[in-house]
Amino acid sequence: MEKIILFAPLIGAIIAGFGWRQIGEKGAMYVTTGLLFLACLLSWVVFLNLGQDTQHLPILRWIESGALSTDWSIRMDRLTAIMLIVVTSVSSLVHLYSFGYMDHDPAWKDGESYKPRFFAYLSFFTFAMLMLVTSDNLVQMFFGWEGVGVASYLLIGFYYRKPSANAAAIKAFVVNRVGDFGFALGIFGLFYLTDSIRFDDVFAAAPMLAETQLHFLWTEWNAANLLAFLLFVGAMGKSAQLLLHTWLPDAMEGPTPVSALIHAATMVTAGVFLVCRMSPLMEYAPEAMGFVTFLGATTAFFAATVGLVQNDIKRVIAYSTCSQLGYMFVAAGVGVYSVAMFHLFTHAFFKAMLFLGAGSVIHAMHHEQDMRNYGGLRKKIPYTFWAMMIGTLAITGVGIPLTYYGFAGFLSKDAVIESAWAGTGGGYAFWMLLIAAMFTSFYSWRLMFLTFYGEPRGDKHTHDHAHESPMVMLIPLGVLALGAVFSGMIWYKSFFGSDADVNKFFGIQSHYSETVKDGHSDDGHGSDDHGDDHAAKDDHGGEHAGHVAPTGAIFMAPDNHVLHDAHYAPKWVKVSPFVAMLIGFVMAMWFYIWNPEMPKRWADAQRPLYLFLLNKWYFDEIYHAIFVRPAQALGRFLWKRGDENTIDGAINGVAMGIIPFFTRLAGRAQSGYIFTYALAMVLGIVVLITWMTFSGGAH
Amino acid sequence: MIISDLNIILPEIILSVYAMLALVGAVYTAKDELATTLCWLTSILFAIVAFWISSDSASAQTAFNGMFIDDGFARFAKVVILLSAAAVLVMSVDYMRRRDLMKFEYPILIVLAVVGMMMMVSSGNLMSLYMGLELQSLSLYVVASFRRDSVKSTEAGMKYFVLGALSSGLLLYGASLVYGYTGSTDFATIIQVAGHGGSIGLMIGLVLVIAGLAFKVSAVPFHMWTPDVYEGSPTPVTAFFATAPKVAAMALFARVMHDAFGNAKADWQQVIVLISLLSMFLGAVAAIGQTNIKRLMAYSSIAHMGYALMGLAAGTAYGVEAMLMYMTFYVIMNTGTFAFIMTMEKDSQPVTDIQSLNLLAKTKPGKALAVMLLMVSLAGIPGTIGFFGKLYVLQAAYGAGLLWLAIAGVIASVIGAYYYLRIIYLMWFGSEQDEALDDYSTPMLTAFVSVSAIATVVGIVNFFGLKGAAIAAAAALVQ
Repeated sequence: MEKIILFAPLIGAIIAGFGWRQIGEKGAMYVTTGLLFLACLLSWVVFLNLGQDTQHLPILRWIESGALSTDWSIRMDRLTAIMLIVVTSVSSLVHLYSFGYMDHDPAWKDGESYKPRFFAYLSFFTFAMLMLVTSDNLVQMFFGWEGVGVASYLLIGFYYRKPSANAAAIKAFVVNRVGDFGFALGIFGLFYLTDSIRFDDVFAAAPMLAETQLHFLWTEWNAANLLAFLLFVGAMGKSAQLLLHTWLPDAMEGPTPVSALIHAATMVTAGVFLVCRMSPLMEYAPEAMGFVTFLGATTAFFAATVGLVQNDIKRVIAYSTCSQLGYMFVAAGVGVYSVAMFHLFTHAFFKAMLFLGAGSVIHAMHHEQDMRNYGGLRKKIPYTFWAMMIGTLAITGVGIPLTYYGFAGFLSKDAVIESAWAGTGGGYAFWMLLIAAMFTSFYSWRLMFLTFYGEPRGDKHTHDHAHESPMVMLIPLGVLALGAVFSGMIWYKSFFGSDADVNKFFGIQSHYSETVKDGHSDDGHGSDDHGDDHAAKDDHGGEHAGHVAPTGAIFMAPDNHVLHDAHYAPKWVKVSPFVAMLIGFVMAMWFYIWNPEMPKRWADAQRPLYLFLLNKWYFDEIYHAIFVRPAQALGRFLWKRGDENTIDGAINGVAMGIIPFFTRLAGRAQSGYIFTYALAMVLGIVVLITWMTFSGGAH
Repeated sequence: MIISDLNIILPEIILSVYAMLALVGAVYTAKDELATTLCWLTSILFAIVAFWISSDSASAQTAFNGMFIDDGFARFAKVVILLSAAAVLVMSVDYMRRRDLMKFEYPILIVLAVVGMMMMVSSGNLMSLYMGLELQSLSLYVVASFRRDSVKSTEAGMKYFVLGALSSGLLLYGASLVYGYTGSTDFATIIQVAGHGGSIGLMIGLVLVIAGLAFKVSAVPFHMWTPDVYEGSPTPVTAFFATAPKVAAMALFARVMHDAFGNAKADWQQVIVLISLLSMFLGAVAAIGQTNIKRLMAYSSIAHMGYALMGLAAGTAYGVEAMLMYMTFYVIMNTGTFAFIMTMEKDSQPVTDIQSLNLLAKTKPGKALAVMLLMVSLAGIPGTIGFFGKLYVLQAAYGAGLLWLAIAGVIASVIGAYYYLRIIYLMWFGSEQDEALDDYSTPMLTAFVSVSAIATVVGIVNFFGLKGAAIAAAAALVQ
């Protein structure tokens, strides 16, 4: 069954991509979408029937090279199952949605076939993403990781006639390369130290890594910290965390269903998935995890501030995504992986819905994306309005404080913030997230008010012709709305309930943590002893902890009580996100409903701050000056001087000057007269004999 | 005793007797009307003998006091020789008939040449070596000038004969020096004497023998007959020249070097390195200027001999193995290419001008594709057997510490790729010309072109299972 889930999208992609001429455009669309829904159905079956034990389902023997020996196999555990339903559900709905959205795309002329290609790419992306989440070893994961990168590149640049789309696609690819470089180094390092790339082996070796020093660049590092950090660099690139985030807003050049699928719900969360998947290693890398927390919190704050002032509807949601990913990393960084997954899970629903809703608005407004030209659309497109409303309620975290009733975002985001409070003792990360929550509320409501309320602005003609989207686009919105409303309440206990609930959900067997505890106390005890006894005990301890991979999908070290502590956060901490949401909501009301002149006055009064935010903290400009320009200069130098002058010059000189000279010479020697030929032979003999006499025969 | 000796050379005896019976029979009966039948008969006989030899799994044995050696190496070479000769004969039937060249002597001369070649690769003595060599050469002189009404063909035969005589003279002189300094013409004896720091006279003898053999494989600087003879001879004869005799001469070369001078490896190695290097570069450079495809193939074969000699120059069992593989691939590619050249006609007259290939792909895409594969393989581009042939000899040279020779070989192959690619370029992207080639081909030629073209690509899967045979053959030669 798992194999069908995995390969159905690939088969769809191949059929649609290569066979659409045979089966027609419609055929290609139905095949891919049908297969995706099949995969989705099976994924839910798998998710709901998942057992306690981690399963390995081998597909084929993959690599046999020296010490490197690995299968291509599916790792089925709770993490995989969660990702399976997220990926296949959103993907199948996006496939369906694209029936309507991609119909009559104005970017293409009449008669041009672009739909089969689009659906093939979508299905291929889904396959690669499934490959990533089902991987049983690091290289397999890297394959999926790169596969989604390729699919993302293809889909961002789907409107390949638009230069900006191509630039955005290349940017996404290049920025991701930076992250992937770190990821690859991390894989190399793990293989170097553990002689294996299988997750089980790596996890089993994690305690050993924590006590190993590794020389890298100029100094010695703690191996676990360094490798966890390198892996996180990969996650930073894929999940658009600060410093490597610049590609995500630009990626909005792609068609909106793509933004919903790849750049909101699935691919960008791969980084979070990676950190959670590697939790057995991460738990032994406290400094790296501190960095993850710090960076996640900073990203959440940064992206939220930028989101406040953006005017493009998709960019607002893109920054919102960036910010929410920061939340997930904070949760993972403080060691509550289940909550990170919880937020990932709920976020997929409401963010996909927001994007698809935005797509529906854009569709209605004839591909106008600037919110300043919207306004008063509530009546024109009521279904879309209600969908967006549910999405906004979910992302801003509306619910009844101190209870478990609320929209999905209410439960998961509050869980993240409580974990952050517990994990950092009410420190930096907690406050950053709180402020970000306020901003989130502000920009989300701002989007709603600008789009659906107030007077129609912009082109009157467009507004007159604004129309509700077709049913195929509304159904996915409805399904996602269900998720946005209920997914939090249904699975709250499983992700953020008591320790026992979470352990059960993720298949963690409690006795393992005790074994590790024993091993460690053994170690501690052994270090008090002296001589041979010491070494023997040490070995024993190492073996004990070293050869057992932790059970369960995620791993929390015995001394990690953040999940437990988070439940005992003070009341004010638990209420604070709700208050932040209210403040943001009231501010938005004030700015955009009660007093629409306010934004402009504020922007004028705080001009430098406004520009700073509008220009996204000038990251693109700084990168352009520091990296892009020097790289271009170097490239131009190597091209003009190195390639054209030196290499081409030399090759052309040889090919057009020297070789033809010898060719003419050889031609002239071939006179056609027998005596010339005979002379050549005799001369050859003379030369050979002379040479032999002076060199070879001399010994 | 004599019976067992005769038993060993039974294949050669059968072929010789067949040749003489055919000669006598044809003279007294229908003469040239029998020629076509004889061609087919001979091909079939070649194939049968080849099958027979290849199924012979007896260990190495000698006959006539070591004059004749029948070992794995000889058998491998003989099978390649017989099969390529059979292929060329079958290919040539139609061509020769249409040009009124179908004389009954043609197949008979080919049989005699093949017997000579089989003798060459089995020789264990300078005497038997010379016997085989001359039997082969004399037959070839005649077939080169087989088109008596053509000045070029006559001239080709004449040049070949005179220069061949010169090279035979050099070889004989070398052989007499070797005999003089070792007291024997037997390889087994020579190798023992040569091992004890052979004298300068012996070295000169060795160089002269090498020169004589180098002439047969058309290695630089003994190559100059090749383009003229290739151009002048009728195309089927050129195809024959390019295949079986090259294999025989190269095998003989390896046999003499390893069996007779195996203990003086350092001495002959440097000579072979030099002629290998010169052949590769001259073959590559001189072919660029050619406009006649037969002359081009002549230079191409000079370059290929350079690579095969590189394998020999390594002086190791792996080198011999690489050389055998190289020669086999070379024969396959050349058979296909010459089959294609035989289909090149304009107004029912054979043309050999490269320019006539312009835009062949437009009129005959399938043929152009096949030729493209052959050219790509001849150039040694990865994905074809030609590449693996080169790879093996380069590995052999590298393994023997001749890194610089391997690098030079790669450079030469880059230069050489030019003219192969130019043919491809002309076929696909050339300019329009007044008269296109005739749409001429026979099923037989089409089959040869397409089968060999497919073989260049499919062959890389397991090299037709030849690797094991080549390893065994090389092991039989180099102890």
